[in-house]
Amino acid sequence: MTITKTQEGTKLTVAIEGELNTNTAPELEKEFETCLDGITSLVIDAQKMEYISSAGLRALFGAAEVMQENGDMCVINSNDEVKNIFEVTGFVDIIDVK
Amino acid sequence: MNSLEIPAEKSRLIEVTDFVLGFAEKFGFDKKELFQLKLCTEEIFVNVASYAYKPGTGMITVTADGSNDPLTVTLSFIDSGIPFDPLAKPDPEKNRSFSQAKKGGLGIFLTKKLMDEVSYMYQDGKNVLTIKKNHSNAESSHE
Repeated sequence: MTITKTQEGTKLTVAIEGELNTNTAPELEKEFETCLDGITSLVIDAQKMEYISSAGLRALFGAAEVMQENGDMCVINSNDEVKNIFEVTGFVDIIDVK
Repeated sequence: MNSLEIPAEKSRLIEVTDFVLGFAEKFGFDKKELFQLKLCTEEIFVNVASYAYKPGTGMITVTADGSNDPLTVTLSFIDSGIPFDPLAKPDPEKNRSFSQAKKGGLGIFLTKKLMDEVSYMYQDGKNVLTIKKNHSNAESSHE
């Protein structure tokens, strides 16, 4: 998995490339621990995210919990398979998936 | 039937998902179904790796069986750890908060949602969790 961060003012885009699974999700959680300070808008770009499991969902829920206090969060460009997982788990009901 | 016996350790995850996909790809499943099989394999394997032999370690056996007519695959995950029925756990609440959503239970919930059959039995000192995925014609034309 590769994480690419792009910040414009208080808006942060985090592009996730590859597999967000049990073994890679802790890396993303670690990023979120430090990169969300002062951010009011978080965009997760899932265009190159090939796969997500419940561990990945939990990492995104963690970021959403922080952003609930500070601003907004959305997930963009996810492929059909990943979107299916967001829908089945009810992720789409609590996080904005575009 | 194909089978893989491997230490139930998270670091071995890729070997397990590769085994399952290598088997399932021989049949006519579409991309979405292969994704779902891989996902459920991870969820079950990681549960066993995390809890079955706590605080020690142990082995897991994964068996794979399938047919083309009807197109279906059946996977069993067998461990000799602490007796545990993951299906007995209630599903996560629908309108949950983020902190509730971060807690466990999501993996087995996904497995129940994405597979056509999920069953558990404790037999001869072993936990046996079996999942079955049928090919859906409706989904295959969705791409």
